Amino acid sequence: MGGGFADSLRAAWALVTGFDARLAEIVGLSLGVSASACALAAGFGMAAGAWLAVARFPGHRAVVAALNTLLALPSVVVGLVVYLLLSRSGPLGAFGILFTTRAMVVAQTILVLPVVAALTRQLIADAWRGNGEQLRSMGAGVVASAALLLLHERLALVTVVLTAFGRAISEVGAVMIVGGNIDGVTRVMTTAIALETSKGDLPLALALGLLLLAVVGLINLLVAALQGNGGGAGARKALA
Amino acid sequence: MKRDEPVLAGPAPRLLTLKNAGVRFGEVQALEGVDLTLRRGDRLALVGANGAGKTTLLRLLHGLVAGSGRTAHAVDGRPLVAAMLFQRPFLLHLSVRMNVLLALWLRRVPKAERAARCARALQRVGLGALAERPARTLSGGQQQRLALARAWALQPDILFLDEPTASLDPSARREVENLIEQLAADGVTLVFSTHNLGQAKRLASRVAYLEAGRMLTDLPCDLFFDTRQPPSAAAAFLAGELPWA
Repeated sequence: MGGGFADSLRAAWALVTGFDARLAEIVGLSLGVSASACALAAGFGMAAGAWLAVARFPGHRAVVAALNTLLALPSVVVGLVVYLLLSRSGPLGAFGILFTTRAMVVAQTILVLPVVAALTRQLIADAWRGNGEQLRSMGAGVVASAALLLLHERLALVTVVLTAFGRAISEVGAVMIVGGNIDGVTRVMTTAIALETSKGDLPLALALGLLLLAVVGLINLLVAALQGNGGGAGARKALA
Repeated sequence: MKRDEPVLAGPAPRLLTLKNAGVRFGEVQALEGVDLTLRRGDRLALVGANGAGKTTLLRLLHGLVAGSGRTAHAVDGRPLVAAMLFQRPFLLHLSVRMNVLLALWLRRVPKAERAARCARALQRVGLGALAERPARTLSGGQQQRLALARAWALQPDILFLDEPTASLDPSARREVENLIEQLAADGVTLVFSTHNLGQAKRLASRVAYLEAGRMLTDLPCDLFFDTRQPPSAAAAFLAGELPWA
């Protein structure tokens, strides 16, 4: 067992250091899909989270509670819902994007949108609590206050996006369901690991696992560096 | 509690009036029955113990809290321009210059005027050379001067200051006081809260004493600090508090 693992590890290392084309393609697609999903989620999620932090309306607490609940959204449930929406008989079936990378981007965007929105809301709400009155005294309304606090907390917000990216790139359920794990088309790191393991191709699965860990590790290093540079004080609060 | 007679109004135009004004936070009546008239050029100091209602009164005057009895008067046919300086100013993680420019943008100052007004204001508070520095790297005194520049650039009719020098060392306090003096000399009406009676004596032309959410006296500075005949309502507060007495 131990020898098999060591052999797999050696083979995996050879694949990584040998810049295996198949491996590079899978990693590239994973990064592309997750980065696109995070960019979309950041655009909508930050705006929604900041607005929710500053605005007050009837039912505000219920909306915040619902948003926080969505943090625990299971990726397979997201995959299933997006699958039903995009399947031929679904309401968005006419777009014909099921089993494409676009469907995977949609699924991952839905998955990480609550992460970005909820963490942003917490971050901006803390800043608003301490400084909202001063912003109002300067003439800032809800939208201007939300925008200025987003600008003010921009370094901490990078860590929010990196957290969302970590969630997106490491999930398997949603992309498996809506992407179909088609070789050379929709196969990403996590779906490939699942497939290669079931096929018994442990070196490739392990190589992908190592790369996935490396990517997530790099993200953590970036977060730590940003926190060390003073951008993470608010993020630490939000992420705690 | 008997309220001392209010100061007779001068000929200067009225900027703000409070008539039987009050503020309530849930069950707490934070301010009650306040009558006050602010005219152009007034320098009103608000004194009183912690929780007396000084900050709430400033917030009511500035329109930051909902309350009854407040009227803002038009100045030369345009709406009143007011600004407020807080004990710890909120500065965005941006340059000194950008902090002033954003304040001008928020008040919809025409774009063509912003750069010049920003530069003038920064020069006046002695931060012209630090315009591109990150605002958050300034010292406490410099940050308060930047907040003053931000207010100054708006060309306010009235400036509210909530214990503007409370967290500053004596040197920085003198600098900020000098700048407040300059603002007042430009004709800006000042209303400030302070625990420093020396500061009230140096900067104010009128002093109002608050206790438990009520304004008990509103007197010219020399009468308020008349040690031979202190105002009856504030006598207990002033007893032993006047460093020059």
